[in-house]
Amino acid sequence: MRNSPNEILHVEDLTVEFPTDDGVVHAVRGVSYTLHEGEVLGIVGESGSGKSVTSLAVMGLLPRGARVRGKIVYRGEDVLKLSARRRRALRGGKIGMIFQDPMTALNPVHTIGDQLAEAVLAHGLVPYKQALARAKEMLDLVGIPQAEARLRSYPHEFSGGMRQRAMIAMAVINSPDVIIADEPTTALDVTVQAQILEKLLEVKDAVNAAIVLITHDLGVVAGTAHRVLVMYAGKPVEIGDTDTVFYRPRMPYTAGLLGSMPSLETSGGRLRPIGGAPPSLINLPSGCPFSPRCPLADDTCTAEEPGLAEAGEGGHLAACHHWREVAAAPDPTALFRTESEAV
Amino acid sequence: MTISAPASGAAQGMTVVARTQGQMVRRRFFRHRAALVGMLAFGGVVLLAFTSIGIGPIPGWWDKSYLTTGSLVNQGRPTLSVVPQFLGGEGIRFGEHPFGQDNIGIDYFALTMRGAQQSITVAFIVAIVATTVGTLAGAFAGYFRKLTESVIMRLTDVMITIPILIIAAIVGRTFGDSGIVILAVCIGLVTWPTLGRLVRGEFLSLREKEFVEAARAVGSSAGRIIFRHVLPNTIGVIIVSATLAVANAVLLESALSFLGVGVQPPDVSLGQLIDTYRSAMTTRPWLFWWPGVFIIAIALSINFIGDGLRDAFDPRQTRVRA
Repeated sequence: MRNSPNEILHVEDLTVEFPTDDGVVHAVRGVSYTLHEGEVLGIVGESGSGKSVTSLAVMGLLPRGARVRGKIVYRGEDVLKLSARRRRALRGGKIGMIFQDPMTALNPVHTIGDQLAEAVLAHGLVPYKQALARAKEMLDLVGIPQAEARLRSYPHEFSGGMRQRAMIAMAVINSPDVIIADEPTTALDVTVQAQILEKLLEVKDAVNAAIVLITHDLGVVAGTAHRVLVMYAGKPVEIGDTDTVFYRPRMPYTAGLLGSMPSLETSGGRLRPIGGAPPSLINLPSGCPFSPRCPLADDTCTAEEPGLAEAGEGGHLAACHHWREVAAAPDPTALFRTESEAV
Repeated sequence: MTISAPASGAAQGMTVVARTQGQMVRRRFFRHRAALVGMLAFGGVVLLAFTSIGIGPIPGWWDKSYLTTGSLVNQGRPTLSVVPQFLGGEGIRFGEHPFGQDNIGIDYFALTMRGAQQSITVAFIVAIVATTVGTLAGAFAGYFRKLTESVIMRLTDVMITIPILIIAAIVGRTFGDSGIVILAVCIGLVTWPTLGRLVRGEFLSLREKEFVEAARAVGSSAGRIIFRHVLPNTIGVIIVSATLAVANAVLLESALSFLGVGVQPPDVSLGQLIDTYRSAMTTRPWLFWWPGVFIIAIALSINFIGDGLRDAFDPRQTRVRA
């Protein structure tokens, strides 16, 4: 276990399984990452890749029945071994969370001020007035005008962007060390997205926290994250500095994701999706779970699942038998070019 | 631009004042005509019942007591007249005994008022107890699921299977002599399952909402989540059910007293008065009708209030009333 001094959160070999009637769902199969102070770590992957479940496990918000193994170390303490009471103190206290849809994550029957104050009151015996003053401070911080008056507003009187700002305020009201943002901009339109991301980074600096940013939008990650973790079928398949991963992907899946993004430079062409669908997490294929969709797959891939291995400088890790081939390709995204295009 | 100044002024003049949910509910309720009439009627009955003969030691404006006998006047016929003289009637007057007298000369107005007082008191206690217990049981069952839910829901299943009148009759038989408060609490303790089921249903859907997860994410405890985050969202269902429970309790109390297992003599209730004088229906019908009229007035007006509240709390119902 690496242990650098400014390390806040360390997840090691985390596995999450859900027993269901159809069999055990292997939602997360051995995720490890380290979050340092002030760092923004992006976790990307398509739906069902286990990125949300990973962070829910960190928060301790998984539904009952989920089986969690591995280690989640927050400042030297394994939170999985903490009592329910200590864990609750951590949630919202030291680890804040921002949800995907601000429309449904705010309680419709309470004012914004009440809900923000509630987050303070849940963690200690503070006079309500003081909690409300703190709430106003936070609304100011996230850039909601007329914070004083807005404390008395109900969520339905807020626009989508304002609600997400309020959610950010709620997540950081107790000055957490870690903010987990689960697709914070997915429910917003593009112009508001940019504002919210900017605000999120600003607030992170104000309260001096680190962020785990979960998203399927590579554009969001490119603009904000220092490091990126790419997940596929419950496993990390590539991790490294954002620029390294984006410009020098070593895993065909990452290359495929990058290639399927619309580009402003080449207009008029067709999008290049990755063919096929993610595997069932109940019935994983043998070997590399990406092999059925991978243009480079051969017998080694179906025989053995590759582990994360050094694939470049600066701690760039990739889980692929053929990462050297990906590295050698002049444009790795072109690996996914459809046959009709190649002709 | 010259045009911008007046335009912005107009925009400022048209500032929309946002209403809170409470304000919207109140507004819709007061526009519901039947509910308004129901509320006025019920308020009138309550006012009449409690001010006329007074409460306990506090005297009311009616000079006769429901306990003292008097000499029978005109065979105990009611002296109330509402037909004015110019229409050939006896004029509008209360008279000595507006509702007549019973067979030992007790003023029947005082007796009916006492009955109404008791019936209303019983109904409110029943509704409060049933609502409290039902809400708590439903909330815990719906939020905690698993064993808690199984135990509570099987209990409600059993209680709903047994006809309420039979349970209540046994309860009334056992506790009827110990005063109306204990009787009412006991009835309340057997009538909560209906509301318990409703509240559980609400909790089952609300507990999956993202704001509950968000509340958990800020570190709220289970108690805070149940009472601060989820319960306020079910307040509409609870208020409506509580109101209708009052109406049902009035009827249940009447039925029990009619069967002779409710409020016991010498105390009176509306149902018990009807029971006592049902045989007098042909000879002295007023002894039967007056308490009956009050039961109907109370139950009907509360039902109208409940209807109005239900419509007021349901924003999806956009039916326009003429």
